[in-house]
Amino acid sequence: MRPTPEVSRRDFLRAGGSVVVSFALGAVLPKWIGAQATASGTDVGKPLDPHQVDSCLAFHADGSVTIYTSKVDVGTGLRTAMSQMAAEELGIPIERISVVEGDTALTPDHGGTGGSSGIPRGAVDVRQAAATARQAILNLGAEQLKRPAAELALADGSVRPSAGGDGVSIAALIGGKRLDLQVDPKAPLREPASYTVVGKPILRADVRGKCTGQRVYIQDLTVPGMLHGRVIRPPAVGAKLVSVDESSIQNIPDVRVVRIESFLGVVAKDEWAAVRAARELRATWTDWSGLPGSDGLDEHVRQSALDHDEVLVNRGDTDAALSAAAKQLSAAYTWPCQSHASLGPSCAVADVRPDGATVWTSSQGTYGLRTNLAKVFGIEENKLRVIFLDGAGSYGGNGNDDAAADALLLSRQVGKPVRVQWMRQDEHGWDPKGPPQVLELRGGIDADGRIVAWDTQMWLPTTVPGNRPLLAVDAAGIPQAHGQGAGAVSQNGDPPYSVPNLRATAHWLKETPLRPSNLRAPGKIANVFAVEGFADEIASDAGIDAVEFRLRGLSDPRAIDVLKRAAEMIGWQPRKSPNPRPLEGPLLMGRGVGYVRYKQAENYVAVAMEVGVDRASGGVQIQRITCAHDCGLVINPDGLRNQIEGCIVQTLSRALHEEVKFNRSRVTSVDWATYPILTFPEVPPIEVALIDRPKVPPFGAGEAATAPVAAALANAIFDATGVRMRSVPFTRERLKAALSG
Amino acid sequence: MATYSFRVNGRTVTVDSWDPAQPVLYLLRNSLGLYGPKFGCGLAQCGACTVLLDGKAIRSCVTSVKQVEGRAITTLEGLGTSEKPDPVQAAFIAEQAAQCGYCTNGMIMETKSLLNQTPSPSLEQIKEGLARNLCRCGTHTRILRAVLRAAKDQGGNHATNS
Repeated sequence: MRPTPEVSRRDFLRAGGSVVVSFALGAVLPKWIGAQATASGTDVGKPLDPHQVDSCLAFHADGSVTIYTSKVDVGTGLRTAMSQMAAEELGIPIERISVVEGDTALTPDHGGTGGSSGIPRGAVDVRQAAATARQAILNLGAEQLKRPAAELALADGSVRPSAGGDGVSIAALIGGKRLDLQVDPKAPLREPASYTVVGKPILRADVRGKCTGQRVYIQDLTVPGMLHGRVIRPPAVGAKLVSVDESSIQNIPDVRVVRIESFLGVVAKDEWAAVRAARELRATWTDWSGLPGSDGLDEHVRQSALDHDEVLVNRGDTDAALSAAAKQLSAAYTWPCQSHASLGPSCAVADVRPDGATVWTSSQGTYGLRTNLAKVFGIEENKLRVIFLDGAGSYGGNGNDDAAADALLLSRQVGKPVRVQWMRQDEHGWDPKGPPQVLELRGGIDADGRIVAWDTQMWLPTTVPGNRPLLAVDAAGIPQAHGQGAGAVSQNGDPPYSVPNLRATAHWLKETPLRPSNLRAPGKIANVFAVEGFADEIASDAGIDAVEFRLRGLSDPRAIDVLKRAAEMIGWQPRKSPNPRPLEGPLLMGRGVGYVRYKQAENYVAVAMEVGVDRASGGVQIQRITCAHDCGLVINPDGLRNQIEGCIVQTLSRALHEEVKFNRSRVTSVDWATYPILTFPEVPPIEVALIDRPKVPPFGAGEAATAPVAAALANAIFDATGVRMRSVPFTRERLKAALSG
Repeated sequence: MATYSFRVNGRTVTVDSWDPAQPVLYLLRNSLGLYGPKFGCGLAQCGACTVLLDGKAIRSCVTSVKQVEGRAITTLEGLGTSEKPDPVQAAFIAEQAAQCGYCTNGMIMETKSLLNQTPSPSLEQIKEGLARNLCRCGTHTRILRAVLRAAKDQGGNHATNS
């Protein structure tokens, strides 16, 4: 293939002028990447200690400010929220603030991005650095203006006397210089009552770029001399490569096959050549059938080998209280393996050179990835730079880290920068999965319908220290840790209601099928599905209204507020469940509610919904949803709503449709036809109420509102039909079978 | 190596492809530097790669370069810029109808196509029109609002360029 001209996007926009045939890296990339592309190693002289103000903030001579943080914005609006918080403390217009995220050469390590920690950790850390800087700037201004700092104010990028008069700009005071200051954990923050930027629905700057094709994703990154790589995964998870017939792709131009033990990849200048070569390369693999299959997975999980038991909560005497209770109820709830199912398959670019390596990724944890890649590939950590770029939503640990290892291994082998993007079947087939979960619950109820005893038992994959094994590394026979972890999966397994005798136990299993991983709100969606479903069973059995039943068990006013608010918004009328008069045309109508205090420590969320169930087809038609949400201080109400709406819609998808299917050898749900997700016609109107608590520290909101959704949906289906769905997904087929059964 | 000519965003381009079956998505991105259209599935299942072909939305991940020869493609970049977005892009920005934004290209291009054919769609028509475009972040309610806003801003019967 003759090289085709590479044209920068800016040159190719619709406006007139001839097409300029040139490679213009700087035109399409943020400036720091352009500078980086020629650098090797990682020491660019920038301070990285997160306790230093200069590590987190740079004040430029033109009056602009750059924030540096390892926390990354994976479509959540974090960078806008963080900019608002810094702008507020610094008295700088938000337009002058930009954010550099997740670059191990430039950003301090505020931790990886996960568990809704972007706001309470990274953004709050940056805010404290900004508050420290504000004090320093005021003091510098005091010297310059020869007035006491107490008489000065910082606003619009300048220090001025509060009473009026000439000021001096931040740029003139410290632009282009370092402050050389430790972050002062006690530096005073601005009073919430005086906020002018925090709490405002500032538009996300990245949305504009995303709507016009001008925002660069990892998938769009091109570096000079880059080749396109694809990895050929085995037809069975544990199969070994026996032989490769390179003649099978001799009709495809300029392809190089890379084989390292059972790692098999191709690289080519032309991406389509790499795609076709990966598809058509004939290879022979050993047989392998070590999976249990997804049919009957619940039973398999329930009987899997135990690593250890952990009593999570234990108060009163649960066994005695259960036995003595007027009535005992029990139920088992299950959740299947689910995929992150990122819309854009995982992607990375790696450039391995003799003196160091660079990896571009949209991994949520660039520092963690660097440590792991450095160890596995024998690169000194300070010679490996890992840089975040926007990617498709990842919702936890999807295939991004694996794609990085693919690219690094291929680049090292061929001595050129290599871009690897997974194909659809790779993403669905090989991303590490949200693990299956099984919960068994027992409740003891007194004569008034109060819960006197509650027992939760859950079966989950245990945590094994060390990194999750990377696919390419195992395949290539390179030694690595075989850690296991899926996040804090055992939280919210105990009810949020006052129960005198309560026990929750996690049965940690040695393993569950397919590599477990953090998937948005790890474990907690299934746990709340079970807990709030079972609470609903108890309420229904006792003939008590579902909202009233919950309010009886709550004393925290913030909890009561969200529950009442969500119920009011949907026009909740107290009555028993199931609905005594559900029939409306072909539909059975019902309503349901779910409540969570996320991680029993963070956000308060209540979700209510109305659904119709088609008796003939088993199809669920969600009519509308209301949600009341309290995460403390609201930084950006529109960004927050966007996250909450996304939490709700994505969890509807997971509850209605999603289950990873696999046979004895491999995952078989490998595209959107076999792993369907929610589509537009199924999406209901969603009404969200934000309860702002300016004096309460802010928590993140990328996860909490997911937790009560599946429960509220199952409760609504029960209310409509009298059928209790205790296993996700609630597919038409399953519901139809349950309705006729 | 064969050469193929077609129009992209109002200009005639000539690209080389060793394979007449090469999906035009790869040529738009890698040969022409138009990264608006995204690779999502390669199976015409998700819509991330959507472009307009003679004014109608198609999936560029399964449309070969041979099929587009002599025809006119519009990509996301051909609508407007960040400084001067077209009405559909502007509506998506105003409604903040994106999270990760990987599907956004497809949502906007499908909307262009829909509004070309149905200038004043009902909410149900919009839902049907976008039924084959997937969004994983769950931004659907905002996207629906953006399409309604775009239809309104275009006056309901404004023929758009393509």
